[in-house]
Amino acid sequence: MSYFGHVFTHLRKDLQLEWRSRDSVVGMLFFALLVVIIFSLAFDPTAAVSRQIAGGILWVALLFASFTALNQSWTREQRNRVLDAQRMSPSPASALFLGKALANLIFVSFVELVLAPFFLIFYNLHALGQGWMLAVVMPLGTWALVCNGTFFAAMSLRTRYREVLLPLIMVPISLPALLGMMQATTAILTGESDPGIWIRLLVAYNIAFTTVCLLLFETVLSAE
Amino acid sequence: MRRSRIYSTVGLVWLVLTLAAIAHGTRLALVVAPTEATMGNVQRIFYYHVPTSMLSLLFPYVNFVASAFYLGCRRRDPMRALTADAVAIAAAEVTVVYSSISLLTGMLWGRAAWGIWWTWDARLTSMLLLWLLYVSYLMLRKLSATGQTQTLAAVLSVFAAIDVPIVFMSIRWWRTQHPAPVFFGGPDTGIDPSMMPAFVWNIVGWAMWGVFLLVFRYALERRRQEREQEAALKSIEGTLEIAQ
Repeated sequence: MSYFGHVFTHLRKDLQLEWRSRDSVVGMLFFALLVVIIFSLAFDPTAAVSRQIAGGILWVALLFASFTALNQSWTREQRNRVLDAQRMSPSPASALFLGKALANLIFVSFVELVLAPFFLIFYNLHALGQGWMLAVVMPLGTWALVCNGTFFAAMSLRTRYREVLLPLIMVPISLPALLGMMQATTAILTGESDPGIWIRLLVAYNIAFTTVCLLLFETVLSAE
Repeated sequence: MRRSRIYSTVGLVWLVLTLAAIAHGTRLALVVAPTEATMGNVQRIFYYHVPTSMLSLLFPYVNFVASAFYLGCRRRDPMRALTADAVAIAAAEVTVVYSSISLLTGMLWGRAAWGIWWTWDARLTSMLLLWLLYVSYLMLRKLSATGQTQTLAAVLSVFAAIDVPIVFMSIRWWRTQHPAPVFFGGPDTGIDPSMMPAFVWNIVGWAMWGVFLLVFRYALERRRQEREQEAALKSIEGTLEIAQ
């Protein structure tokens, strides 16, 4: 089987598992919705103010929501010692990682698509800049979150306080990416500045960290 | 036995020299160096703030090189890899100490000079993020299970090393888009030659102190590792006796 064959098999397995239970997508969705509502209650924003803060709130909601799913995505593999079997299998470890990260990308993107209308309604938003650029920023930002998130979730799998450790190590590393996605989204919504530089930052960040994650995943998977 | 005697003598001499350098540097900074024209005596905190900031940018490199070395030879030569890991943890802790001092002295100066404790200026933010990265590194070490701590920490250190240049660039872009109104700039290009000795002696003194802390922490970590290995060997021997 080719490398991408392995990736596709892992991806299909994760999608199938999620399709049967729908745990993490539903959990993420409801959690993100709650965060959006809480911020709306806290700031009671007018249309002008909400354009300034919506980019930040959207990504904070997605960040928090993705923690809940990322923590679960590897716990699934621990049941019945599936992860040990994965370690012994001849398929490359990075294919396992890539399949899982792609599955998480699909889940979080789905949450974004469902959340978007609520978000627009609650915050009275319409983009003053080039709205179509959100179609570039959202996937780039989501990949930056889930790629590192999936990797760090695997790292914190066998640690104490797993649920706490994931955000503790993921957020400091991801801060430049978070800054990039928030600034790009705000720039598009307000139309006051050019999001180009932040999109380039996100592209560079994604290339750098996807490479490192693929190279080092085997080390983390077999760390004993 | 003799070797450890030599080590402790060298350490003691180094400590005495370090304290002497720091004492000399302190005297130069607080008494000899001229009072700065606009800021007055408040400026003297720079003799501590700048050296610790510079050094807190240096120790992460030690951490990264040691971690990369650990990842490179943890299979081939586990004993040497453990040595590298002890260097890595010592460097990470010294980084956190020095960047904390840098942030705190910076805040003290900011309160006196700008009237505020903190501003989201490019340099302050980058230093804060550096501090966060290494605190999270120490958190990972504290919380991960024994046996895989070293590998996971080394991996995180590689991530941090790649992250730092991206952080510095992104923060600079962030702040050039929204210039901070309160920022007057640090010391302008260069300082008066009469301030130079105080500055140099403080760099030397605090660098020596950092190296002392690093080696001391390294030696502590090595002892902890040795004790752990002994305990592991003993428990293996115990199981062998039962088997007989």
